[in-house]
Amino acid sequence: MLTVENLEVVYNDVVLVLRGISLEVGDGQIVALLGANGAGKTTTLRSITGLLDVHEGDITKGEITFKGDEITEALPSKIVEMGISQVMEGRRIFAEMTVDDNLRAGAYVNSNRAGYKASYDRVMGLFPRLKERRSATAGYLSGGEQQMLAIGRALMQDPKLMILDEPSLGLAPLLVQEVRDIIVQINEQGTAVLLIEQNANMALSIAHHGYIMETGKMVMDGDPQKLLKDDDVKEFYLGLHASGEKKSFRDVKHYKRRKRWLS
Amino acid sequence: MTPDLLVVIAQEASTPSKFAQMVVDGVNLGGIYALLAVGFVIIFRATQVLNFAHGALAALGAFLVASFATVLDIPGRWIPNAPAWVSWTGAVFLALIAAALIGMALERVFLRPMVGEELFAVAIVTLGMDIVVRNITNDWIGPQPRPLGDPFGISVFDLGWVRIPYTVVTQTVVALLAVALIAYFFRSRMGVAMRATAFDQEAARAQGISVGRVFSTSWAIGAVLAALAGIFISLFPRRSTGVDPTTAFFAFRAFPAIIIGGLDSVVGALVGGLIVGFAEAGASSYLVGENWEFLGTGFAGIVPYLLMMVVLIIRPYGLFGTEEIRRV
Ligand SMILES: Nc1ncnc2c1ncn2[C@@H]1O[C@H](COP(=O)(O)OP(=O)(O)O)[C@@H](O)[C@H]1O
Ligand SMILES: [Mg+2]
Repeated sequence: MLTVENLEVVYNDVVLVLRGISLEVGDGQIVALLGANGAGKTTTLRSITGLLDVHEGDITKGEITFKGDEITEALPSKIVEMGISQVMEGRRIFAEMTVDDNLRAGAYVNSNRAGYKASYDRVMGLFPRLKERRSATAGYLSGGEQQMLAIGRALMQDPKLMILDEPSLGLAPLLVQEVRDIIVQINEQGTAVLLIEQNANMALSIAHHGYIMETGKMVMDGDPQKLLKDDDVKEFYLGLHASGEKKSFRDVKHYKRRKRWLS
Repeated sequence: MTPDLLVVIAQEASTPSKFAQMVVDGVNLGGIYALLAVGFVIIFRATQVLNFAHGALAALGAFLVASFATVLDIPGRWIPNAPAWVSWTGAVFLALIAAALIGMALERVFLRPMVGEELFAVAIVTLGMDIVVRNITNDWIGPQPRPLGDPFGISVFDLGWVRIPYTVVTQTVVALLAVALIAYFFRSRMGVAMRATAFDQEAARAQGISVGRVFSTSWAIGAVLAALAGIFISLFPRRSTGVDPTTAFFAFRAFPAIIIGGLDSVVGALVGGLIVGFAEAGASSYLVGENWEFLGTGFAGIVPYLLMMVVLIIRPYGLFGTEEIRRV
């Protein structure tokens, strides 16, 4: 469904942040894209969805196709119309607007009455809490509710592929589970998912395939269960992000090593 | 202030006709400022552009009405038997459509390439636009004021203590209609897209919202509101002689209204416009005469700026503005 081939991205004409990455999302799949902070995950998302320009980024090499059509450098509105929606890092809801208006803004490309109604009902079904708070100003929602709204807003576009950028960021463990379950449900309803995460445990537990990025390169990919068992993955991701664990000396050491590994 | 002076003020304020006349004047001025301020703020909110060509657009709008109604006789020439007010209203509608198209074209040509540049750099571009549009318009206007050919003239009707010009009634109806339409627009698909874009442009684009279309729409709305203001500036009781090369500057008097309301609030612009209009009208009816000679003759014209400074000292981001806007 989505293929990214040998993608190279440069910011401000000088900073090379993606050094030829490739990835693939098949029909109906959940694919996890993992990587530490600064690995280039968000940049990958921006490249796919046409939002590099505001960040002075350019695709200098490679090709992105969606359902066989090339979308490298296509306009974001075109890409959304073709069926790729995103849930941005940090939620980025329209805080001054009501929940309903956020959803209407999300439905800009899907505004005919029937399409809108179907998507709206789907969102309300998935998020009963949003239904209760329909006319509340989005900025007053709790963090978890805001994440639900961000996901709901993307669903209003009736996407064929949904890309989520760190949806578990800053959420309590219970809410992380809730988000994970929602992603599974969305996928079961027929939407493919590219799940960008630092929380490898969460992402790999539901993914059909996993990729691991490191400073602009794919360093590993494969079956999620295998990745979960991989020593390097365990060391770099699971230890750091397993919830509830107290920081031990080992973790501190991890942290130092991770920093070295990043630089 | 001496006790004498207070007595004089009390007497003057208690003259019902004088007070009522001030209200009419305030509605007239305040309505014009509000039209200008709301358009300016809609453009700023949606596109992050401080449009210093707003006054030029107002004058251009008035000029278009003058030339459609009195020179080209459009649409009058196609409907020779229609009453004068019908062809004049037709001319106004065509002028507003032309203003909308011109606003969209200006944005597309001069400002779209500047997307992402510093606020200041973009404002400089609009200053350039102001010079271009104003000079072309003034060239077309020529040395003499051009009357708009309206059917109202200086006719008035008496209502109790006050004399109300028909233009002011019309203006009020038009302004209320404009406000209602804008409120309605903000609830439409495009209006929601505009609010989303104003709040977070990148997030709006991520939803598939065509930000370019939002920009065009906001400029069309801003230009139409400016043109409406320009028309009422060029009618009785403001300038019954019509549109002239100073019309564009009149619009600068709306800047205090924008600042008072808060640069990024449409409601603030509306309220700010009315406050400034009434303050100016009040000053020109009450702060005159021998007791106030020390203020000089043009004091009413300074009142908006004084008010602006007071508001800025108390609330640096305006009455309705959000705090972050201070970065501007
Ligand atoms: N607008 C930008 N200009 C320059 N460098 C950027 C910009 N955005 C991100 N980067 C750099 O690109 C690298 C990848 O960033 P990003 O894609 O955000 O990583 P991730 O999402 O994996 O944390 C980082 O080193 C980051 O500093
Ligand atoms: Mg990121």
